[in-house]
Amino acid sequence: MSDVMRSAHPYIPNSVPETREGMLKEIGVSDVEELLTVIPQRLRLNRSLNLPRPLAAESDLRKHVEEILLKNGTCKEYLSFLGAGCWQHYVPAVVDEIAHRAEFVTAYAGNTYSDLGKWQAFFEFQSMMGELLEMDMVSLPTFDWGCAAGFAVRMASRIADRDEVLISWTVSPERLAVIKNFCHSEYVPAHISIKQVGYDVKTGLLDLEDLKAKISSKTAAIYFENPSYLGLIESQGEEISKIAHDNGAECIVGVDPISLGVLAPPADYGADIVCGDIQPLGLHMNYGGGVGGFIASRDGAEYVSEYPTHLVSIAGTEDGTGFGFGFCTHERTLYAVREKGKDFTGTTVGLWTIAAAVYLALMGPAGIREIGETIIQKSHYAARRLSEIPRVRVLFSPYFFKEFVANFDDAKKTVREVDRRLIDHKIFGGKDVTSEFPELGNSALYAVTDIHTRDDLDRLARSLEAVLR
Amino acid sequence: MRKKLGLIVNPIAGMGGSVGLKGTDGEEILRKARQLGAAPTAHTRAVEALRELSALKGSIELFTYPHDMGEEEAKECSFNPVVIGSIQRGKTSAADTKNAAREMLTRGVDLLLFAGGDGTARDIYEAVGDRLPVIGVPAGVKIHSGVFAINPRTAGQLAVSYLRGEVATSEAEVMDIDEEAFRQNRISARLYGYLKIPHDEQLVQNVKVGSVPGEHESMQAIAWEVIDNMQDDYLYIIGPGTTTKAIMKELQLSYTLLGVDVIQQKQPVALDANEARLLELIEGKKAKIIVSVIGGQGYIFGRGNQQISPRVIRKVGKDNIIIVATESKIAALKGMPLLVDTGDREVDEMLKGYSKMVTGYGRSAVYRVA
Amino acid sequence: MSEAGLRRYHANVWEEPIIMQMGSEGERGIAIPHAEKEIQKTVGSAQSYIPARMKRRRDAALPQVSQPHVLRHYLRLSQQTLGMALNIDIGMGTCTMKYSPQVNEELLRLPQFADLHPFQDEDTVQGILQIMYEFSRFMCEISGMDEFTFQPGGGAHGIYTNACMIKKYHDVNGELKQRDEIISTIFSHPADAACPATADFKVVSLYPDPETGLPDVEALKAAVSKRTAGLMITNPEDTGIFNPMIDEFVNIIHEAGGLCAYDQANSNALFGIARARESGFDMCHFNIHKAFSSPHGCMGPACGSVGTKKEIADYLPVPIVTFDGSRYHLDYDRKHSIGKVRCFFGNIETILRAYAWVMGMGPDDLRQVSETSIINTNYLIKKMSSVQGVTMAYPKQARRLDQVRFSLEKLKEDTGVTTDDVARRMIDFGVQEYFTSHHPWIVPEPFLPEPCDTYSREDIDYWVEVIRHVCQEAYKNPEIVKSAPHNHAITKINRQDLDDPDRYAMTWRAYVRKSKGKGRK
Repeated sequence: MSDVMRSAHPYIPNSVPETREGMLKEIGVSDVEELLTVIPQRLRLNRSLNLPRPLAAESDLRKHVEEILLKNGTCKEYLSFLGAGCWQHYVPAVVDEIAHRAEFVTAYAGNTYSDLGKWQAFFEFQSMMGELLEMDMVSLPTFDWGCAAGFAVRMASRIADRDEVLISWTVSPERLAVIKNFCHSEYVPAHISIKQVGYDVKTGLLDLEDLKAKISSKTAAIYFENPSYLGLIESQGEEISKIAHDNGAECIVGVDPISLGVLAPPADYGADIVCGDIQPLGLHMNYGGGVGGFIASRDGAEYVSEYPTHLVSIAGTEDGTGFGFGFCTHERTLYAVREKGKDFTGTTVGLWTIAAAVYLALMGPAGIREIGETIIQKSHYAARRLSEIPRVRVLFSPYFFKEFVANFDDAKKTVREVDRRLIDHKIFGGKDVTSEFPELGNSALYAVTDIHTRDDLDRLARSLEAVLR
Repeated sequence: MRKKLGLIVNPIAGMGGSVGLKGTDGEEILRKARQLGAAPTAHTRAVEALRELSALKGSIELFTYPHDMGEEEAKECSFNPVVIGSIQRGKTSAADTKNAAREMLTRGVDLLLFAGGDGTARDIYEAVGDRLPVIGVPAGVKIHSGVFAINPRTAGQLAVSYLRGEVATSEAEVMDIDEEAFRQNRISARLYGYLKIPHDEQLVQNVKVGSVPGEHESMQAIAWEVIDNMQDDYLYIIGPGTTTKAIMKELQLSYTLLGVDVIQQKQPVALDANEARLLELIEGKKAKIIVSVIGGQGYIFGRGNQQISPRVIRKVGKDNIIIVATESKIAALKGMPLLVDTGDREVDEMLKGYSKMVTGYGRSAVYRVA
Repeated sequence: MSEAGLRRYHANVWEEPIIMQMGSEGERGIAIPHAEKEIQKTVGSAQSYIPARMKRRRDAALPQVSQPHVLRHYLRLSQQTLGMALNIDIGMGTCTMKYSPQVNEELLRLPQFADLHPFQDEDTVQGILQIMYEFSRFMCEISGMDEFTFQPGGGAHGIYTNACMIKKYHDVNGELKQRDEIISTIFSHPADAACPATADFKVVSLYPDPETGLPDVEALKAAVSKRTAGLMITNPEDTGIFNPMIDEFVNIIHEAGGLCAYDQANSNALFGIARARESGFDMCHFNIHKAFSSPHGCMGPACGSVGTKKEIADYLPVPIVTFDGSRYHLDYDRKHSIGKVRCFFGNIETILRAYAWVMGMGPDDLRQVSETSIINTNYLIKKMSSVQGVTMAYPKQARRLDQVRFSLEKLKEDTGVTTDDVARRMIDFGVQEYFTSHHPWIVPEPFLPEPCDTYSREDIDYWVEVIRHVCQEAYKNPEIVKSAPHNHAITKINRQDLDDPDRYAMTWRAYVRKSKGKGRK
């Protein structure tokens, strides 16, 4: 197979035939095949790849992809009330500008000298999250909230040296699935076995009696989410963490950070490890790709050595003139060496971390408080309007943040039917949670954020009413 | 606070080598060497090492012994040393080396740099044990101990790195070669002890992966891997060395660092056993041998653990040999195979080939034994 | 240009304070929409909907900075980051720092992608599902596998996914108790050991032969037993050396009843040349943010796409995108699926870019990508052969594929200058530092460049000149290398600040507490 002479490719400077020839000559071969002899013939693919003919011109390529993407209906054209772990919040223009800077988009693993800016942005992210969470130790985020929760559970298991964890029923099913994968809980023996703790179907609050019944000296941690997956604000945090601590277990809480301008941070009610998603902090949804899971904890030697994710620390320069950053390389503690499975880390969500940092810097204390208040008022307004529709019930107590459950049993319609009809009204209705929480009947999870206006919410109410008639 | 460096030069080290003699221990040999016109090499070696430290001249305090035990070398490199102790020029001996080391320990030096051979290393070990870190500038004929740098310049550079806080410490073997056997061209080595040395691998940050476990942590991990897999009906013969003895430490049993201990069901059965005792203990029983890599050359049998003789090895069986080593110890072999020299060619052959080694908790490696 | 023909580079030195030190009381960066009057009238105050003990007592101490200053601050930080787009980023071996076409960035910023919610009705996302499906077909053709998932968020995550599938496979076959060992090699990526360990496997690592740099078949045979669950291996390894016996390795594992997972992080040299299928692998993973042009993004978001043969496809995480001839679907009904390794479907933005990249390349230019990468690497080897102090690891193997490992052991012996010193000095000439290697350093004082298809001949020449120059400095004036960097925003940092519990600080609040308010000078 000889070198094929073709015109140069814009992305490949050395594809110019003369350059290629010159380089081959300098290497001392006449054909690239001579360099490929390291791969035995029997392992070679002796044909061309069967892929579509290329759209070499950038204008053709762009047109082609845009046409495919135009088949999508977006949450801009449709009025969307979908949430359940990924939400449509406003992304400030400054966040986009920074997240698009080629310096940040194309950097990777440079050290504190050549990539000082990146490292500083990471440290600033950790610092601002530290203020939001009122915790001293925050790590660089991992892939998403599910993985963060999974890693947090594994951390707790190592710290407590126990292999059972209690998880509230009202956590996100997606996240639970990921946690189960990290715990290998379905295997016998499980790495970490999982028991679920019930909730009060009327109030949505965690069932403390069930927690007390299930917790034991084998429990490494209790994990619950606040607000819960169903939107409810859990007010028994103090009791839950006390029960955990009385039994020598860790208290892990999963939070939506955009609620922390108005809701008490979990550290206030005894949480040891906190996790959550940075998605609401200035990340576009990207069809579920704009997510990142943070982990934070109290400052303490037993925690530092258990983080699977990197901890960026500030460091002074030797000559005392400034500061730089680096990964905290802590002394490992004894129990760390015995763990059966050390966790892994690697490339996670650096660019999103920087975007979230910019977002928090823009918001400031007033902004994060105000957006929480706006979200509460708007979501409650929506719930009020929906509950005024005959045969629609809004479940649980009045204490919810951003998301609430609307039930359609009385209307004798499934959520699937309702949502399909709402699409004709150019509305994405709430996520169908019927199969996830069968005890709640035909129910949907509606999310209302800062981007929804009063007109939007009135329109939702009108359309729902029309659909249910 | 200024760091303190101690410098000890053994003036007669290395004299034997150039005239074909093996070592300068003993007055007889020394006299013979001088007769043959031998010149001491320790001086030039020490100066070569010390030059690497010129950049630190103003920021460290240098303690040394008089005349050619360090004072001359220090002054030649334009250091302003604090000279302690007293000696009789031209008539120095092991006692002087030991006194020097002890004195420097009392003065609180942060690092001891010495020029000499295995004998000097042994003297220093006897004087200070592992209570302060040392670096050996190779200047003797017998350089089997792991406390020596490859060459004088490297010794100096490592000293700089350590004083700058760029490297941590680990342990290295002090080997004692049987003099008589050595002069008759037979190598018979004994593990004498362990000195603390700067670990010649910079504390680095690797952005792409998690943090790298330290030596100490790795040894603990290895110990637990072995312990968690121990079977009650087996005797465990634990060879000398810090990696193997980490097992005893984790089980909180007393042990002999340089000898062979035996345990069963995590309880002690024998301490510092010799071949006869080992044979006695394993007669008719199931047993496993746990050995590590001794010395920089990669010996797992034949250097420092001869109590685990060919007879013992035969009785236990190749499949019951557990080799333990940390990844950095293996890396230090630079790809060279592990070596065996039991004295019995058949047993040596049996041991050759690819073997599994325990390198961490749930981690093992396959490496060649030659 | 300096005397040596190198650029007189100097980094931006903004001496930017930490954002927590900026702004003043009352400043703010953005105005938030308030709920309309009607809403306020209807529902009242937000605080009334929060249980008393759950109300946040005091405002978070976030910085109070006005908008132009936030923008200025982060723009300055970006200027102090040496992204690949700005420099000859050849040094970062195993990372494949290649050009991420700007047009692809434009595509993913369209609302038709950015504003899609993962739980939207399938009918409303046929476009993105089409791209995910078609790209999975491309990946199948490129690798020879039958089915793909894009859920894992990075290479290590992809390896972990493979380890979980191997585990489930043996569990379903009733052999998991007996099969608890994964075999890998020391020169494979460390994640090939760390990730199966996270899945509760024991790991056996094969060390390479000192001459060939590759593990021996005999070594593999010594490692294989009835405890073997599988093999997780990179090929070419992180030395750039291709293991020509890979199919034999795979056979041996198969005969022992194990599965074989191919870590294809180093796939840039293999497009249209060699595939997982022909080597016999059961599953593989690719780093879409490497050979497939998606940018690295300061360490993510990324994608460790995983592909399997059809026998293993049932084990993939859910959902898989399927096509029934007219419409695309998300299939959650997979018999032995390991469940989910992460929420939603993965970092689909990387897939969108990679789809566009493959569509723009076509099969011939994909092949050209690999050929160029191989030519570039061997050309770099030739140029580097005249640099004093540098030797190539495993010189008995003359050729490399996509990357090459060198050693500065000679330099260290002659001058005392180490590979970490050189890494810190080379950035003074406007090139990103190189990647040394993963630990343990079997090759002493290593560095590992990867001159992928993006770089020109002149780029490679310049890069080698930088290394040559720094090595010469090591011989003539080692202090300048050891105390580097000199042309960057900061000088050498104090390592102890990162290890000492009394000094390390992950947040500004911790730093203030530990240093009692002593900020920068």
